[in-house]
Amino acid sequence: MKSLKTYAILYLIFLYAPIFLLPLFAFNSSTIIAFPLESFTTEWFTELLTLSEMHGALLNSLKIAVTSAVLATTLGIFAAMAVSRYSFPGQKGIMGFIMLPLVLPEIIVAVSLLIVILRMGLDTGAWSVIAGHTLICTPFAIAILQSAFAALDPSLEEAAYDLGETPASTFRLVTLPLVMPGIISALLISFTISMDEFIIAFFLTGAEPTLPVYLFSMLRFPKLLPAVMALGTILVVLSILLITIAEFFRRRGAKRTGNDTGGFL
Amino acid sequence: MAASGRIRRFFRTEQGIGMLLVSPTALYALLLLAVPLIAIFVISFWTQTGVRDFDTAFTLANYKEALTDPLYRQLMLRSLMVSGLVTLITVVLAFPIAYFVSFGVKPEHKSLWIFLITIPFWTSYLIRVFLWKVILGYNGVLNSGLQAVGIIEEPLSFILYNVNAVIITLAHAYAPFAILPIFVALEKIDRSLLEASRDLGESRTMTFLRVTLPLAAPGVVAAVLIVFIPTIGDYVTPRLVGGPGGLMIANMIQTQFLRLNNAPLGATLAVLAMLIVAVIAIAFLILGNRAAGGKKGARK
Repeated sequence: MKSLKTYAILYLIFLYAPIFLLPLFAFNSSTIIAFPLESFTTEWFTELLTLSEMHGALLNSLKIAVTSAVLATTLGIFAAMAVSRYSFPGQKGIMGFIMLPLVLPEIIVAVSLLIVILRMGLDTGAWSVIAGHTLICTPFAIAILQSAFAALDPSLEEAAYDLGETPASTFRLVTLPLVMPGIISALLISFTISMDEFIIAFFLTGAEPTLPVYLFSMLRFPKLLPAVMALGTILVVLSILLITIAEFFRRRGAKRTGNDTGGFL
Repeated sequence: MAASGRIRRFFRTEQGIGMLLVSPTALYALLLLAVPLIAIFVISFWTQTGVRDFDTAFTLANYKEALTDPLYRQLMLRSLMVSGLVTLITVVLAFPIAYFVSFGVKPEHKSLWIFLITIPFWTSYLIRVFLWKVILGYNGVLNSGLQAVGIIEEPLSFILYNVNAVIITLAHAYAPFAILPIFVALEKIDRSLLEASRDLGESRTMTFLRVTLPLAAPGVVAAVLIVFIPTIGDYVTPRLVGGPGGLMIANMIQTQFLRLNNAPLGATLAVLAMLIVAVIAIAFLILGNRAAGGKKGARK
């Protein structure tokens, strides 16, 4: 086990190596992204403030990510409730299909949606990115919510019915508060996925780029690369923060019943 | 009236409520996944005549071109080779990690380890790929590091803008995908089976080979599929670190759609890629099941 542990630590270093390099270059005064480092600067972070196109892209991305997260979590709640409570004909097939975007290459989702949109004579835009992101975020939301719903004791809901509550008020007063940690976790994960997604946005964004699409275009200009490093640092810190909060809520939900499966995937 | 009454009654049964609940999500997947996938299949038999116009007469010309043009064949074969190698590398490297976390870590620390392993996966994919370019470049971190300690004199040039760089970067990006399913399978193993094997006089190695490994097989199969299927369609990595010699099929699909304005040919390449992946995945699934079953039979 000892040599395995050494291997595991080396493996973690390999996993984190690129991320650790990011702040080194983001705070380095050299305009070339290479060693040796020169001196400390925050210049690249202030440069980000001057890139007005980036601000538009950021707003666009936020708008898309919030909408996709809400839609994917809502769709996730329906599906997770259906599979954790009821069995229905064709359950395996239907759920397998809903979860398909987990393994389907994103470029397939992107081009097939693009074709349908163009064939219908519509124009791509933020709405089509939202449609695509909702599709790929829903399986993640379902995976998280399913364990939240499975953990729920059905007798609590039955008690509410017996006390005269309607299905709607039972859901609002009993079910929803109990699965709330799962819902928050699903929202945060979906938001993070959408904020970060590139391929679908690249095909479907139209004239207004999302943040990753704008970032991709920045990579072609060597002059902008230090600013890319600064932007990347901020994005990585934010993702880690969001994921940590999501994990906190997911675990709090899991702890109530003691069935912690250990991860989102 | 009788029929509508029956329908209403059905939606009060367990099955009916389940169907009703899943229907919004299923409908969404139907409209935004099934319909587009069918559309891409249909369009692969058409011909592009204008920016948004197609000749809808059925033709196999796109398939003929996709299968006979050496460029497309080369890209397809390279994509298959890259995803095959990436799958092999990630799964072989991931197994000891999953094994360590499942068997070598205290139960209360397991979810922390899994969390640490998954974090990099959630950080910007574009940025991670770009950083590999920085690491592997001519003046990159690796070359300057190796030069500084005197292992090499001239920077290594075979590690960026080729297939090697694509494989390294993808293997890094898909690492958590391989670890998690194997970990889940290992966690499910009843520990008393391992004790039984030791009590019956099997060595530690033989116990691993004859008990642990066969029981972990479903996790390994899942890991292989979950890495192999998406990597074949990766666009960003070959584009950023692959150079002209490292491009893959997704780059050609993008070119056909967005640059050459030949959606039918792009659709054909997408359909062929999905078909090939599906055939390989199903074949692997059957072989994997048989291998796991075969080992079980050998135990007697």
